[in-house]
Amino acid sequence: MPEITSLARMENLQRLTQFVAKQAQFAHLPARRVRKIELAVEEVLVNIFSYAYPDAEGPVSIACQTANDRLIIEIRDIGVPFNILEVPNPDVGAQLSERQIGGLGAFFVRKIADEVHYRREEDQNVLVLIFDHHSQDTSTFQIGA
Amino acid sequence: MEIENTGKDNGRFMVAVRGRMDAVTAPEFEKRILDWIDSGETHIILDLEELEYISSAGLRSILTIAKNLKGQQGSLVLCALQDAVKEIFEISGFNTIIPVCGSSEAALKET
Repeated sequence: MPEITSLARMENLQRLTQFVAKQAQFAHLPARRVRKIELAVEEVLVNIFSYAYPDAEGPVSIACQTANDRLIIEIRDIGVPFNILEVPNPDVGAQLSERQIGGLGAFFVRKIADEVHYRREEDQNVLVLIFDHHSQDTSTFQIGA
Repeated sequence: MEIENTGKDNGRFMVAVRGRMDAVTAPEFEKRILDWIDSGETHIILDLEELEYISSAGLRSILTIAKNLKGQQGSLVLCALQDAVKEIFEISGFNTIIPVCGSSEAALKET
């Protein structure tokens, strides 16, 4: 299973998202879908970079596999417990002056991926994003693994 | 990412943004635009025809710029969004809070 590990730092963002984009291309996903997969992964990674390791540096790893016409992306860190599924949805109907940006990244992840599963495995956060090859984007998601 | 001032048309400061606006490049974009605003350009049209990718970090920067301009009776109009970028605007509801036009010609009429 192709896998990449690096320090959870902003400077590594593009290397990590490019790895995922390449795997999605190998899986013959259309270009537009590949961009959205990159987006979902970026949002997860930025959360990890910002919150997982408040006092030190730590790693993040991404593994990709294709099974039954689905791209399965597993993202792991050993930082503080964090479940992206529990981030409240932003108010996407708010006016400009009231509009807050918080929660938009997590909202994108749930909106774009066909399934999102989170589990805490010993000292690790394990987030699994699943993208069906042929699906349209949906807002459905499940909690738990 | 590339940010270029492509001129001024009828008092509107035209900026073309190309490539990827992600968590790494968005702060640079935001700073460039805020610098232009500080130097007095308060009516801005962003031409996104060659912007291929935007994430929530890019939307955050655009929101900051839109709020800043609104606070000083300025204006911000986006134009020529690619389908993928347009979709992100729609999912986030940004298309309802920031004017989006099909072309820079239409954006000039909008402001």
